[in-house]
Amino acid sequence: MIDIKKEIQKDRRAFIKNVLGGTIAGSLLLVIPAGSNAVEIPEQLPGMRDEDSVFTKKNFVFIVDVTACIGCGSCCVADKNEYNVPDGNYRTWVERYIIDDHDEVYVDSPNGGLDGYTEPRTDIPFPVRDTFFVPKLCNMCEKPSCVQVCPVGATYKTEDGFILIDKDRCVGCGYCIQACPYSVRYLNPVTRTADKCTWCYHRVRKGLLPACVNVCPVHARKFGDLNDKKSEVYKLLREPHVISVLKPGMGNKPALHYLGLRREVV
Amino acid sequence: MSVAAHGETAAAVANYIFPNDLHVHWSLMIVLYPYITGIVAGAFIVSSLYHVFHIKELKPIARFSLLFALAFLICATWPLLNHLGHPERAMSMMLTPNPTSAMAGFGYIYSAYMIVLLLEILFLYRPTVVALKKQTSGFMRTLYGILSVGSDNVSEKALRLDHKIISFLAAIGIPMACVLHGYVGFIFGGIKANPLWATPLMPLIFLLSACVSGIAGIIVAYTLIMKFTGQPLDVNCIRTCVKFLWGFFILDFVFEMLELFSHFYMATHHWHTLEALYSGPLYVSFWVLQVGVFSVIPFFLLMALSLVNWNDKVIAFFAPIVSVMILCQVLLMRWNVVVGGQLMSKSERGATTFHPQWLEKEGILPAIIIMVAPIVILWIIGKILPFWQKDDPAAQQAG
Repeated sequence: MIDIKKEIQKDRRAFIKNVLGGTIAGSLLLVIPAGSNAVEIPEQLPGMRDEDSVFTKKNFVFIVDVTACIGCGSCCVADKNEYNVPDGNYRTWVERYIIDDHDEVYVDSPNGGLDGYTEPRTDIPFPVRDTFFVPKLCNMCEKPSCVQVCPVGATYKTEDGFILIDKDRCVGCGYCIQACPYSVRYLNPVTRTADKCTWCYHRVRKGLLPACVNVCPVHARKFGDLNDKKSEVYKLLREPHVISVLKPGMGNKPALHYLGLRREVV
Repeated sequence: MSVAAHGETAAAVANYIFPNDLHVHWSLMIVLYPYITGIVAGAFIVSSLYHVFHIKELKPIARFSLLFALAFLICATWPLLNHLGHPERAMSMMLTPNPTSAMAGFGYIYSAYMIVLLLEILFLYRPTVVALKKQTSGFMRTLYGILSVGSDNVSEKALRLDHKIISFLAAIGIPMACVLHGYVGFIFGGIKANPLWATPLMPLIFLLSACVSGIAGIIVAYTLIMKFTGQPLDVNCIRTCVKFLWGFFILDFVFEMLELFSHFYMATHHWHTLEALYSGPLYVSFWVLQVGVFSVIPFFLLMALSLVNWNDKVIAFFAPIVSVMILCQVLLMRWNVVVGGQLMSKSERGATTFHPQWLEKEGILPAIIIMVAPIVILWIIGKILPFWQKDDPAAQQAG
């Protein structure tokens, strides 16, 4: 072990020089932005970082496993942090379903499930038969009503299936909010334009999973490329599983699928 | 209502609404928008009944109806602009429209209709404007010069040509008025996500209620102006208006009820939601007010006024009263459709509430200002173009 006192006594001037130099060098590392490769996050979506065209040839789908969700609200927290979503508006939320033995269905989603479901409901008059959680987010419809009705084309569909909003074009008329059968849209009070979940397009373009998928502790949210036969989503959708979409009668053909979806869910 | 309270409310009444459905996005301004365009379309139709269908009794109000329509048409975009999050981008709807959007057509239809209406007024008032130009000086003379578009020719031949153009404009104006308001109905009727709106009958109901509100508006304006200026009322004209009002109102009311009855009879899963809405949040504004007070009572009043040969005083007294009731009926109908439709959550499990505030951006006070504005504009127009034949120098010369 180096005896500090001895070192200092040996050459006080050199010691101070070294300490100062080290401090300045260390501070500079904090001030000068590190290159994007400095902290390399491993690619979560295979092949995305090799994509160089504007639109990928991928066919992204989102699968929510209703049987796995524990209603912890991590996805909602991650989403709110990722987008700084104004209070009272929800890009994603988690619903709690409770069915009693008289087949009455009770649904709630206090604060969109942001705080997690830590307390049981106490207002159910009969014994509970079943209970489950259903996370909701943008359905990324193949035939999106919002894109159809937007008067200025501010809401559009990319060739790889994302429905996005150009907040610099949106006039804030709210027609898309009326047209969305799933109520995933809201009028952002800060930008005064329509807003909604994007399946974290900015992350996906960089080969990362959507923020909510990334944080889900029980892997209830799954995201991937249906064209990739090795992907989990391909296997789930191509193999015999109980899979459905929300409001199929609307004819919007969502790319958001639900594993183990129950008929009580709207 | 705070966000946390939303969860409590939802839990308390076993009434779940999607978290983004708590807020009613289309409020008073979007209630006024179809109301105002409806009055425009209806007033135009009153004028066309004279100019195209030659209902002679309506002559005293034929020109006034057009000016009345113009005053309201000028204000039709105001509630929309007040509603938009970015009104400065409103012109994008016309410059870079999305062809699949039902809303994108409004700018074009509105503009085309405005052009037809202005042209018809200019041709109709051309002899008047020429005569007034000779009588006035200074600013008013310049103004009449602009309004006569540089032509002082009021020869019999020129007037005959004018008459042909007026008939043509009035004739194409009828389908345009129908398109204007049928289209407004379609903006709502084309929204499949909302079971209250999504019905092919919506454009028809909007159109019929437009005719009704326009005729009623004309009756009220005509009788009030005559009363306050101490001029004699043409009761025959009012009688004819009342008959048309009754006719259109029969169709309007019957279709409104048929639409509801069809939902009830088909009893799809949407009816479950609609039933809860009509028996809950809309019970008073729909059943009690729109249907009970302001439809059934005017229906029988109009029937009595049309079928029984009352003396002039009775007609002059009851016609404006029943017209005001009809105007209330149509306003309530707009409210129940526009706001009512948004009260239901798309969760199909509950309804939110909506109480307009007085001073907010889209509140009651701005709504009152926007409804008073057309009356002020009409008063200004009245200073330039005479409403009635007896104030018209050209008509006096001819007569």
